[in-house]
Amino acid sequence: MDINTLRILATIASFIVFIGLMVWTWQHRNTSDFKDAANLPFTDDQS
Amino acid sequence: MDFANSKALNYNDGVIRQFSIMAVVWGVVGMLVGVIIAAQLVWPELNLGLPWTSFGRLRPLHTNAVIFAFGGCTLFATSYYVVQRTCQVRLFCDKLATFTFWGWQLVIVAAVISLPLGYTQAKEYAELEWPIDILIAIVWVSYAIVFFGTIGMRKVKHIYVANWFFGAFILTVALLHIVNSAAMPASFMKSYSAYAGVQDAMVQWWYGHNAVGFFLTAGFLGIMYYFVPKQAGRPVYSYSLSIVHFWALIFTYMWAGPHHLHYTALPDWTQSLGMAFSLILLAPSWGGMINGMMTLSGAWHKLRTDPILRFMIVSLSFYGMSTFEGPMMAIKTVNSLSHYTDWTIGHVHSGALGWVGLVSMGALYYMVPRLFGQKQMHSMKAIELHFWLATVGIVLYISSLWISGVMEGLMWRAINTDGTLTYTFVESVKAKHPYYIIRLLGGTLYLSGMVIMLWNVLKTATSGKPALASIPLVAAHA
Repeated sequence: MDINTLRILATIASFIVFIGLMVWTWQHRNTSDFKDAANLPFTDDQS
Repeated sequence: MDFANSKALNYNDGVIRQFSIMAVVWGVVGMLVGVIIAAQLVWPELNLGLPWTSFGRLRPLHTNAVIFAFGGCTLFATSYYVVQRTCQVRLFCDKLATFTFWGWQLVIVAAVISLPLGYTQAKEYAELEWPIDILIAIVWVSYAIVFFGTIGMRKVKHIYVANWFFGAFILTVALLHIVNSAAMPASFMKSYSAYAGVQDAMVQWWYGHNAVGFFLTAGFLGIMYYFVPKQAGRPVYSYSLSIVHFWALIFTYMWAGPHHLHYTALPDWTQSLGMAFSLILLAPSWGGMINGMMTLSGAWHKLRTDPILRFMIVSLSFYGMSTFEGPMMAIKTVNSLSHYTDWTIGHVHSGALGWVGLVSMGALYYMVPRLFGQKQMHSMKAIELHFWLATVGIVLYISSLWISGVMEGLMWRAINTDGTLTYTFVESVKAKHPYYIIRLLGGTLYLSGMVIMLWNVLKTATSGKPALASIPLVAAHA
């Protein structure tokens, strides 16, 4: 395969992964997972 | 063996204490060298006519000391502090962590000796010669093992966002350093780059801009995502925004380097690509800034009484300013005015003194009393004074260089009706003299704040004693 085809495919794959990550984050924005994660710095205060 | 002193039950804070103290010490040293070379630009005779104290040798000493000694020690200290507390586990491998401290100090001492002696690879922010480069690579791989080893042993399911930023910083700096430092040694302390011509320039600025993006941005954003919520006493404004912020930075920064090579032998399309990605970078940068600032939403009154929080929030506003200015300067037409002028130096210092410096100082002021078993720093009044000295210093520094930079850019491009240059080069140098005096004043104020911080930190450390921090017994649900 031509090296430039490989480069194009890698760039497109990265772009799709990035869009996928944005969609996944948007869908999970109100879940308790994110709320718990955001409170991680405060776990040592509670005990 | 005393059960409460059992290592498995306590965080490894010894290495953090070492790195925190040295961060402040190297901060004073690096900024002092900066003030000296700023004075040399006003009064060139201050180079004393000696090769070892000439501007060309002291300038890389200044940049290496503030970035890698002050910034580096701060990043080691804060990342070790954050990764243990958000993973609820002791640092992986105490001996290796201790090695990263002594190894990093050895790198700094080697830089302090070799740079004034004139040993250099002549690559900006990568000046150190090949034997030191190998030492850096060994220390950095050890750092990665300690950090990711700790993440691997974590007691909580989720990896907190600050650790993602620290992790990206550690991995990327390893990659950048090893690729850009590839060289053929000619003798002890002399080598030739593995790349030639414009490829060499592009590899250098791929390294250079990502050193800004991952060393001076991602690492310090890790600091922001832990210490701003802690000092404000509330979780980060939006956790999902922090994830978007992280991935957008990661996917964008790598492409921005060519904006350092506008109007050079670099192919035109590469320059335009670098400019386009630099413009895109504005979005994640401002998303991150807003996320940090809005963490204070509903608690803005704390800024009135808490100087440490003020350090952090003002640092975020400088982050916002310099990440607006950066994309603007990456536009080719703006760059044709700004490049090679003092405007660039002003821009770098708005990011370095404003963003990196202030957020580091805020995080150190948070950690130091806790590491030495104290409720707060020895003197809160001194922190207040430090804040104002630093802020006024930055404003004087960057506004004077804006004026001198735009002025010299306009003078260089001014032409008479017959097509000859209006000004000679030396006329533009002469016109900058008063602004160099103001810049020196701003830098001196910033340095004096740092000296006060050193006094305050040493007082806090000597009046307290190393504190044992126990790991919470009940693991978090997250």
